Amino acid sequence: MSCWETIADYALRSQGIGERLLPRSDFTLCQQFTLIGSGMIWNIYFGVVALCFGFFLATAVAMGKAAQNPLLRKPAEWFIFVFRGSPLFIQFFFAYFVFLSLKNVSPFFDPLTSAWAGALVVLFLNTAAYSGEIFYGALQSIPKGDIEAADAYGLSGWTRFRRVIWPTMLRLAWPAYTNEAIFLFHATTLVFFSGFPATQQRGDALYYANYFADKTFNPFVPYPILAGYFIILTLIVIGLFGLVNSHLNRHLPQDVRKKIKVRPQIIR
Amino acid sequence: MFSYCTDPATLEGFQWLSCYLTTGKHMSMYYAFGTVLLLLAITAPTALAFGFAGASAARSNVAPLRWMGKTYIAIVRGIPDIAFFLFFVIALDQAFEYIRHRIKCPDWTEPVRQGNDFVVCTAAKLPLGNAPQWVHETYGFMLAVLTFAIVFGAFAANVLFGAMRAVPKGQLETAEAYGMNRRQTFWRVLVPQMWVYALPGLSNLWMVLIKATPLLFLLGVEDIVYWARELGGAKQPQFTDYPHPDWRMWYFGALLIFYLCFTKVSEVVLDRIMAKLTHGQATTAGERQRKAAA
Repeated sequence: MSCWETIADYALRSQGIGERLLPRSDFTLCQQFTLIGSGMIWNIYFGVVALCFGFFLATAVAMGKAAQNPLLRKPAEWFIFVFRGSPLFIQFFFAYFVFLSLKNVSPFFDPLTSAWAGALVVLFLNTAAYSGEIFYGALQSIPKGDIEAADAYGLSGWTRFRRVIWPTMLRLAWPAYTNEAIFLFHATTLVFFSGFPATQQRGDALYYANYFADKTFNPFVPYPILAGYFIILTLIVIGLFGLVNSHLNRHLPQDVRKKIKVRPQIIR
Repeated sequence: MFSYCTDPATLEGFQWLSCYLTTGKHMSMYYAFGTVLLLLAITAPTALAFGFAGASAARSNVAPLRWMGKTYIAIVRGIPDIAFFLFFVIALDQAFEYIRHRIKCPDWTEPVRQGNDFVVCTAAKLPLGNAPQWVHETYGFMLAVLTFAIVFGAFAANVLFGAMRAVPKGQLETAEAYGMNRRQTFWRVLVPQMWVYALPGLSNLWMVLIKATPLLFLLGVEDIVYWARELGGAKQPQFTDYPHPDWRMWYFGALLIFYLCFTKVSEVVLDRIMAKLTHGQATTAGERQRKAAA
């Protein structure tokens, strides 16, 4: 079987399209590359969707935590504490079993017991909490002068937030937020190891890498392939976030703009 | 455990619960919490040692050593840590067996990798096939510890490397002016001063390490996640004295609360240590402390 045929058979295997049976013996490099790459679709799906929705909740949570009113502040603080203070792995398990018992209550909750919706909800809340904390830190370090200037211009309420506070917050938070995005993509590999079933062996990249490592008893091929895919993904994320970063800092002279550096000191 | 537990079928409410929560299997689960703490207690210093070695290698004068150190640091940035966990457990096991194989059975001619099998001679098996159960468990646990130490050592190396660079240049130049050589400067000036710069990163790392402990489950150790799944599942009356429906939600809820408490306590303790260490230091936080006291 040529490599093209393998790609045709397995490139969308993680979505249930193509050959139904996974390869069982005589594993070729091509099969491993194709299937693990196919699994990356899930990782990208989880990461991108969770980030997009999480961004808005994170802004809300950060504003809530910075609010004077304890009715807004306390829930935001607890939300951040619960999701940052406990392991994502346990959150996945807990959520999965909660969803399972919700399923008995009403068929409305049915999709939540499958990974595409259930795990996404957990990842969404999780990244919202981590980013919320980052945004909160940025809100706290907005220069006093910026807000005073906005007041002097007669901006208030929504306009002040939209024109001054929010852009400055993003500008300050962006390097740390890039980091959070990278680690969120890494966290997506936990989904299929934590209760959420991979129905019909439709799993993510790590699921397939683990499948090959188990079958061949040789970890030195599938895991480096997975690593390669993730390094590429990380570089793409850094590139895209770098573009947004330069857009956010477009008013600054070229040499003052800060480049984004990956700083695992602030890993999640 | 209690005297009234002899016939569970007659028990009600709180008594039933107290008997249920003290069955032998539950005791194993409580020991598993000990396993987690033991893992943390062994891993944290080992990872710190790995990190220190990595960071020192990364700023070495010898080019190959520097490359190795930098690669070690860089590799964790782009790759999910679970991939490392799953990889190292098999890779380390095979590496150990292969080395023993070469030493113990030098006249073995067949290749070690035969198709999808990894074959070493019986004497090289780790642990030996006839070893008691506890040896197998300990070996698995040691592999897990080593894996954790390698992965988190890389994170620690990154933190320490940054901290070493954060020590003011003037300090090192002064040491040179006093006639210290590179080694003396490193051990007598750089290392004692870098900790205060490293501590925020290291305390973050400790939090991450705590939150990584449930991954022990993926490495095949019977840890709290294993027991929560095992004990929480629905139990039929014919197999157990304590039948109950699917309670895994509550078990994992309990684990969630355990971890929340653990991180909260760590946070408080680390804040205190930080306050102690910054006392009298020429950093922003130290300055703030001085002003607050004055």
